[in-house]
Amino acid sequence: MIRLNDLKISYRIGGRVIDAVDGVTLTIPDNCVVGIAGESGSGKSTLMKAIYGDIQSPMYVSQGSIDYGLKGGDGTPVTAENVREEWFKTISYVPQSSMNSLNPVIRIRDQFIDFPGTDSNKKRVLEAARAYIGKLGLPPESMDSYPHQLSGGMRQRMMIALATFFKPELIIADEPTTALDVVVQKDILMLLMELQEEMGNTILVVSHDMGVHYQVTHKMLIMYAGRVVEYGDTDSVFADPQHPYTKMLIDSLPTLGDDSMRGVLASQAGAGSDRVYRVEPRLIEVKPHHYVAQSAILGAGAA
Amino acid sequence: MTFILKTEALNKVYRRGGIVGGKNIHALNDVNITVESDRPVVIAVVGESGSGKTTLAKTLLRLETPTSGRAIVYDDVVAGKGAIPSRKDFLGLVQPIFQNPFEAFSRYRPVDAYLLETARRVAGLGAAPAEAAVEVALKNVGLDYEEIRGKYTAQFSGGELQRISVARALIPQPKLIVADEPVSMIDASRRMIIINLFKRLRDDEGRSFVYITHDLATAYYISDFVAVMNKGRVVEFGPARKVMSHPQHDYTRLLLSSIPTTNSRWRERPRLVASN
Repeated sequence: MIRLNDLKISYRIGGRVIDAVDGVTLTIPDNCVVGIAGESGSGKSTLMKAIYGDIQSPMYVSQGSIDYGLKGGDGTPVTAENVREEWFKTISYVPQSSMNSLNPVIRIRDQFIDFPGTDSNKKRVLEAARAYIGKLGLPPESMDSYPHQLSGGMRQRMMIALATFFKPELIIADEPTTALDVVVQKDILMLLMELQEEMGNTILVVSHDMGVHYQVTHKMLIMYAGRVVEYGDTDSVFADPQHPYTKMLIDSLPTLGDDSMRGVLASQAGAGSDRVYRVEPRLIEVKPHHYVAQSAILGAGAA
Repeated sequence: MTFILKTEALNKVYRRGGIVGGKNIHALNDVNITVESDRPVVIAVVGESGSGKTTLAKTLLRLETPTSGRAIVYDDVVAGKGAIPSRKDFLGLVQPIFQNPFEAFSRYRPVDAYLLETARRVAGLGAAPAEAAVEVALKNVGLDYEEIRGKYTAQFSGGELQRISVARALIPQPKLIVADEPVSMIDASRRMIIINLFKRLRDDEGRSFVYITHDLATAYYISDFVAVMNKGRVVEFGPARKVMSHPQHDYTRLLLSSIPTTNSRWRERPRLVASN
């Protein structure tokens, strides 16, 4: 399991310091899919980068720590210091717009061989990789193509193949299906769920789409202004959202067959760029495994 | 009754490869859509990537010339044989909204310059009336001209910028606005602001929309008619409620079953976590 202890991630830009993740304390259990939702700029991607250990200037950890509770390839525990050596082996990352993250000038098969930590017998690796992508519904010949010769959905599958090839303990997927159409999106999400059940690992999925979260995740984490506003089992969060921001996220999207007016809350809350809620960093357990942050509506005089 | 949108055997063929061994790709294959109504309507065009939705939008916007067939908007031919010759008249009738507002406006120019230019060049207004028209258009999308003036794209959020695109499209008072994936770049929680804006512009301002999307849920919410496209063909067309609640074509059913809803799951999620 992964434990975040009062984690604060900041960016130093010019003379200013911006706290993108502002005091997050939570535990992510093993063997589950955790969905992360929240508006643009709420700190989702920063938190994912920090967990992945990709902390580069101007980003830095200004407070708190991450306990991984994972064992690396050689049996030593993963820590914030050695996490980079475990990339793609114990922890892997499917970045945002990842279908454009494949190296455009070399063939896919060379990208598999290029992988850190692969065994030195290239032929054996390639054979295993070919068999593996076949299992993921890609034709084995696609290993010999350049990325531009594959469709967006195929490239996305290829990225997932690369990220899961070594059966990592933790996979971080930042908006894995945003650029894909609904039919391909469903295929990719079904594939991710199958792989997770087979490997029994933990996947963190960042998405804007609450429908995707409902389909895929076991637990939901809602972020707002760098803080966690709600964290709990997906069924509980969707059935009984505690925080007004979570309610707004769930209510904002229309559903087929429902003709009621949608997005009115969002129009009121989101028309300006100002923050509407002030969120306290401490989470309170309101139901078993369902936590919510105390918050106040700004400007209502209640703060 | 007016033909709000009518396409007659619209075809667009792209040729890929050389003279020998080249391949013809039918981006639009005999597209026939007829929407006749007295009231302004929203027509959704849905389908997966590569289904020809964007080619259809480009043809209606005259960014592509059809290989054969023609398109009619509000009883005027806009593409194909006999199309209205004047570009200015055309832009006064049909206006676009594009997918990515950050690419639609240059980063190096204040966005209000585009609005003023549209008011002067397309709507043909003088300096003072142009300013007034920009102000009215921005007010219509819930923005204040004074807060926009002189600002660059980087100073806005995607949602705000897309509302500015809508305001720009409104300035020449077009009858039809063609919106190609207008909300796919916007935060899910803010998408409905744009969608509800379209709804209001249809009901209060009398604008019709062609709404190109792969998001069937918003298409259901806002549209009067829906055209489902697959491989360059319109496989199903009709009133939105009817098509989406009683789909006749297998491809429409596939699209509908692929929507991630929050009512029912595609598959059971075994509870793997005992506790945290």
